[in-house]
Amino acid sequence: MKEVSEGQKEDVGLPVLGQKAPDFEAVTTQGTLRLSDFQGTWLVLFSHPADFTPVCTTEFIAFSEIYEELKKRNTELLGLSVDSVSSHIAWIRNVEEKMGVTIPFPIIADLNKDVANKFGMIHPEQSKTETVRCVFVIDPESKIRAMLYYPLTTGRNMREILRLIDALQTTDQHKVATPANWRPGDPVVVPPPTTAEGAVERMKEGYECKDWYLCTKKLPESG
Amino acid sequence: MPCVSPDGKPTSSGMALLQSLKDGALSAEAVAKKTGQPLFRVRSGLRELKNAGFIEERDEQATLSDTGRQLV
Repeated sequence: MKEVSEGQKEDVGLPVLGQKAPDFEAVTTQGTLRLSDFQGTWLVLFSHPADFTPVCTTEFIAFSEIYEELKKRNTELLGLSVDSVSSHIAWIRNVEEKMGVTIPFPIIADLNKDVANKFGMIHPEQSKTETVRCVFVIDPESKIRAMLYYPLTTGRNMREILRLIDALQTTDQHKVATPANWRPGDPVVVPPPTTAEGAVERMKEGYECKDWYLCTKKLPESG
Repeated sequence: MPCVSPDGKPTSSGMALLQSLKDGALSAEAVAKKTGQPLFRVRSGLRELKNAGFIEERDEQATLSDTGRQLV
């Protein structure tokens, strides 16, 4: 909590992985939405610094391009910046007119920074008035499962966001972990045993093992 | 999309939700399935329609109010 004036506190802080995402009600380009409206689906909540800026525009086009891929993963998108809903509407209309891209997802108009503060989206060393490029992957039970924080100057990688969601969903479905640079179809990591006896057994269980603590397996092909 | 316009009338999105309730009470999930709208939008829309008096909610099922029924 940050003291903003005597006796008044503002809800500011970095969220923690695994915690329930703070609920909110916010005005968006698609009406007033609450975080709880997304329960039962995965959600990518992301912030951008400002409307009508170049890197943000490339990101919005890129987010729109992966929208259908996200839907296949039962995942919705929700953008945010500290701009008004009129500004958001003018910007997405401009993107549609000048770049031929329709923005299909809602964007929060967080003028009073309520949501931005709850999710630690403002990093004063980057900007005191704009949100940095955050991504929160929130699961169907509203738990924060992954976070990315990028500086104002660096546009995000959509392939990595899709890969991250694939990895989290694979972990949930198969109770495994995913190694560095994992992509769907690659072998996954079998959780290491936690006892000496388990370590001996592990080497006989038929996995591909470098040693008892690093074993992988292929998952059955889906679909 | 907003389901109730500033003058208090259902928008076309709002009317689509009201139409989906014509044959009886439905859960938000069932409305989403019937209308093809994303679940988050249906939840938000039903909330707006409820606040405007076009629907009522009981046991997580939405049903048309007398006012709502006159519109479909």
